[in-house]
Amino acid sequence: MTDYLLQLINVALVLAVSPALVGLIRWLKARMQNRRGAPIWQPYFELRKLFGKEVVVSDTASWVFRATPYIVFASTLAVALLVPLVRIPVPVALGSDLIVVVYLLLLGTFFLALAGLDTGSPFGGMGSSREMTVAALAEPTIALAIFSLAVGAGSTDLGRIVAETLNAPTTVAAPGHLLGFAALFIVMLAETGRLPVDNPSTHLELTMIHEAMILEYSGRYLALIEWASGMKLFIFLSLLANLYVPWGIATSNDPAGLAVGLLALLGKVVVLGCAIAALETRLAKLRLFRVPELLSVSFVLALLAVTSSFVVR
Amino acid sequence: MASLFSKIFRTGLVTEPFSPVDADVERVLEAISARTRNLLGRALAIREVDAGSCNGCEIEISGITGPTYDASQFGIHFVASPRHADMLLVTGPVTRNMELPLRKTYEATPDPKLVVAVGDCARTCGVFAGSYAIVGSVDTVIPVDVFVDGCPPTPTAILTGILAALDRR
Amino acid sequence: MQDLLFATLAIYVLGMISAIVLRRAAGRAAVAVFAALGSSMGAAAGVSVLVSGREVPLAPALSALHPQVQLQADPLGAVFLVLIGLVAVPAALYGFGYSKSYEGRYSLAALGVVLNALLLFLTLTVTATSPILFLFAWEGMTLAGFAAVLTEHDRQPTIRAATWYVAISHVGFLALVVMFLVLSGGDLSASFADIRTNAESLSPVALGAAFLLALAGFGAKAGIVPLHVWLPMAHPVAPSHISALLSGVVVKVAIYGFMRISLDLAGAGPAWWGGVALGIGAVSAIGGVLYALMQQDLKRLLAFSTVENVGIMLIAAGAAIVFRSYGLDELAILSIVACLYHALAHGVFKALLFLGAGSVLHATGSRDMEMFGGLSKRMPWTSAFFLLGAVAAAALPPLSGFASEWMVFQALLGGARIADPEGGAVMSVAAGALALAGGLAAACFVRAFGITFLGLPRSEESEVAHESPRSMRAGMGLLALGCIALGLLPSVIVPLLARAATGVEGRGAAVPSMQLGLALATPSGLSSFSPFALATMLLVAAAAIGLSIRMLQGPFRTRLSVTWGCGRFGQTSRMQYTATAFAEPLRRVFASVYRPLEDVSVDYHPDSKYFVYRITYASDLRQSFAAYFYHPLLLAVRIVAMRVRRLQSGSVHAYLLYVSLTVLLVLLVARVWH
Repeated sequence: MTDYLLQLINVALVLAVSPALVGLIRWLKARMQNRRGAPIWQPYFELRKLFGKEVVVSDTASWVFRATPYIVFASTLAVALLVPLVRIPVPVALGSDLIVVVYLLLLGTFFLALAGLDTGSPFGGMGSSREMTVAALAEPTIALAIFSLAVGAGSTDLGRIVAETLNAPTTVAAPGHLLGFAALFIVMLAETGRLPVDNPSTHLELTMIHEAMILEYSGRYLALIEWASGMKLFIFLSLLANLYVPWGIATSNDPAGLAVGLLALLGKVVVLGCAIAALETRLAKLRLFRVPELLSVSFVLALLAVTSSFVVR
Repeated sequence: MASLFSKIFRTGLVTEPFSPVDADVERVLEAISARTRNLLGRALAIREVDAGSCNGCEIEISGITGPTYDASQFGIHFVASPRHADMLLVTGPVTRNMELPLRKTYEATPDPKLVVAVGDCARTCGVFAGSYAIVGSVDTVIPVDVFVDGCPPTPTAILTGILAALDRR
Repeated sequence: MQDLLFATLAIYVLGMISAIVLRRAAGRAAVAVFAALGSSMGAAAGVSVLVSGREVPLAPALSALHPQVQLQADPLGAVFLVLIGLVAVPAALYGFGYSKSYEGRYSLAALGVVLNALLLFLTLTVTATSPILFLFAWEGMTLAGFAAVLTEHDRQPTIRAATWYVAISHVGFLALVVMFLVLSGGDLSASFADIRTNAESLSPVALGAAFLLALAGFGAKAGIVPLHVWLPMAHPVAPSHISALLSGVVVKVAIYGFMRISLDLAGAGPAWWGGVALGIGAVSAIGGVLYALMQQDLKRLLAFSTVENVGIMLIAAGAAIVFRSYGLDELAILSIVACLYHALAHGVFKALLFLGAGSVLHATGSRDMEMFGGLSKRMPWTSAFFLLGAVAAAALPPLSGFASEWMVFQALLGGARIADPEGGAVMSVAAGALALAGGLAAACFVRAFGITFLGLPRSEESEVAHESPRSMRAGMGLLALGCIALGLLPSVIVPLLARAATGVEGRGAAVPSMQLGLALATPSGLSSFSPFALATMLLVAAAAIGLSIRMLQGPFRTRLSVTWGCGRFGQTSRMQYTATAFAEPLRRVFASVYRPLEDVSVDYHPDSKYFVYRITYASDLRQSFAAYFYHPLLLAVRIVAMRVRRLQSGSVHAYLLYVSLTVLLVLLVARVWH
């Protein structure tokens, strides 16, 4: 029972902390542009404001448009319930499986892309088309990265992968591990709509990917989608952290261990967030048709990761 | 890469540590911060509409997002869609071609919303007054909360106008 | 129970007779009722075999007719009996309403006969116990399918499609005859049990040849690349409820045949069999979905997606062969179960999608996606059902496609347990291919649903489209329930399928535990997931968000407004992304596969290039396989035929010489043979 309760706390944690992560990255980027920048809790203010605002819906839109924010948010929450954040193992009846996590996130993308088409706006269609292109090309990389992890752990169960790496600390420096990390990092940038694949702060419709699909959303719908994409970013970063550098994660329900686990998680996510901010300061957005090249780089990295994990096994 | 980051580091923060001359700027910004907190939860999303301006005002508006004024520190940011916006920042005399788009933008913005008309042209049509291509000032097309005078107005004036608009609510 | 199948067959015959005797609504109703009744009884027989786990001789009355007519349902065949029922009942129901539009235009009697005959031969195929019976049923199925494809026989594309279909099917049939001759040592009337023992004494070369022939023969029917060309032509032109049966069931029966030979009759094959199947499966999966993405004809898109899913099934079957050759029986069983589960899941969701496309065709008279749009407001039920099918087809949780694809992934990940690095590496590449196919399928079905049902109508016909009659909605509704049930209840269904797998695998090996309460766990503990918990989580989370927003922020303040388009003057349907535009980025990315032909021509004013009258843009995809494989082949056949023609001199003396030479040759061969 405690296990399930603690896993529920995961959800609360992701809900609570993810806007701050978005705020942190924005603040860091502002500082690197030598600006003062908004405080890191700015996204909370924005969400609160959006929840209070009127909702304007296109008269072309069908129920799909109205249901999508809830589906996106709910599927992200479900992912938050499945992944190990502060402690392992995840209660087995939930089925904490890496493939389930990936496809649940794809479910949200699927509906967001439909919502983009629903209003009949040219921008929405453009965003959907591009988002699905990127998602489709990112998918094989994710699968191969999962495979390279599963070879080591003999399972795609997230808790077991983490436990396996904890047991055999030297695997962290194994080439398969490092290559897999690099591959997943690139895919993470693509899936969460960060530079150089997509510019989260662009104002020019023709360069948009993710933003173009949600141009029509307002008020609480927009709030749900923005919040969900913040949670997706947080979950991706914490997965990267816990799968490849699991130290600190609690292995029992001992309060001190849990506290350490929480701090370790936040620390690792902050470090990755800093890396994103630094990258986004350094990199320009790629042309849309150069993105597949980047993704094929990540695919090759993942393929090498699998191969080397077989060879080194 | 290293050179970029070392330059960032050497340059340091350039957002103005407002000198006594600019004391009113700081006052204005702090006041905006307080007002937005009350009205819109300290988050103000602005959609800029160029209704036919010469782009002088746009240069000044982009100034408030730059490192020196950095409006984002007070939760003010620009958005791409009026659906996401709380405030329209309209510049220029309204030309015939931009009349309908301006109306549509206003209609597309969810309540509560504010309109700030920036620049002399937005109030009086400036040198364009009387032209066959001009419909009139911004308030002949959509309700305006505040006018900001100047040709072009300074970033400080624009920020003051934003504050005044927030004050009216 | 034993006579249940006899009753099934008899009911199909009654269905055929009533189609001929009865007219109009009564005829349509009788055809639908008999087809639904027969297939549901067949399915009941299948379920009872699966539950008891034993082989059951069926329809003894028939073997009284002739001792060699032996029908039998073992657990593997029973799975497909169930699949026939799952798809045929809703399809028959749907067909009652759908075939009304055929009244007066085409022969309803022929359509009714064909539907019931197709079901009859399908049932016979999966219960046959000897090559001769199997081949008879197989050919009957092919011909019934041929007649079904030819329903709208006055259209040129239909005739072309049917010709391709029947030609490639018969090449496959030839391969199957030779394959059975090799396996049975020349005796086509031997029983499958005899073949099983005979195969043990065959040389590896003969067995390998039989395997390749089986792959080609069954692959021709299943639509594996490169034998798939007929499938996207033939399936779309059939009436939609028949398309559902062709894509949902007939193709699966070919998979049944492949499994029957490669996993059962031919014994345990070497790893390279599995490797070949994996490779062809991966190419089919990716090739199928890549072409599906580019189609503008909605039913053709679905047909190409069938090629993709056949590829996925072949990947799973290939993995089973590989695992068995390495002695990893548990993983082999997991792979077989995954293959069977995907057969069921795909049968149901593809039938649903075909029926949905049929409803759209019924309402608008078109299959061209560029004509559609905004149908979700005009056809709310159809669009909801189609969306369910699309989510399942994109393999998204918590619906049926995900459950089966998850198992295929788990089976492939089990490849890490293979001692040889190559074995595991092949599996990992197959997993990558499967994931790419999955991602592209998601894009494909966003496009299929989004362009067809969302946005603004792109034509007058879509503007005035109407919802389908009740019987058609009921058919789709049943299949939608099937998608949900197969998605949520794998822990109930998988143990039954595992019986079929153990029957194939070791004839009586223990069923590995693959369930865990409501969750589904793989054997030897690779991983587990619980679709039930997942669905509950999603529902609870969505409800909780909705309620908490309402409580914290009060009721919705929603205002309708026009779509935001940067303040442009009005919105027309031509401003939307089209189906072609949606797929354009992927077409560029995979240009080396598609080799698109593009043609832009600009008409200028004769005096100045700056006054453009008109720009026309035309683009087409080269059908690579048609261009590089079939066209040269046909050309070669034609050249050979021209040469052979010289033999026909018209002189009776020459013909007498040919006859006597032939007789001499036959006698010589017979002499040497003995």
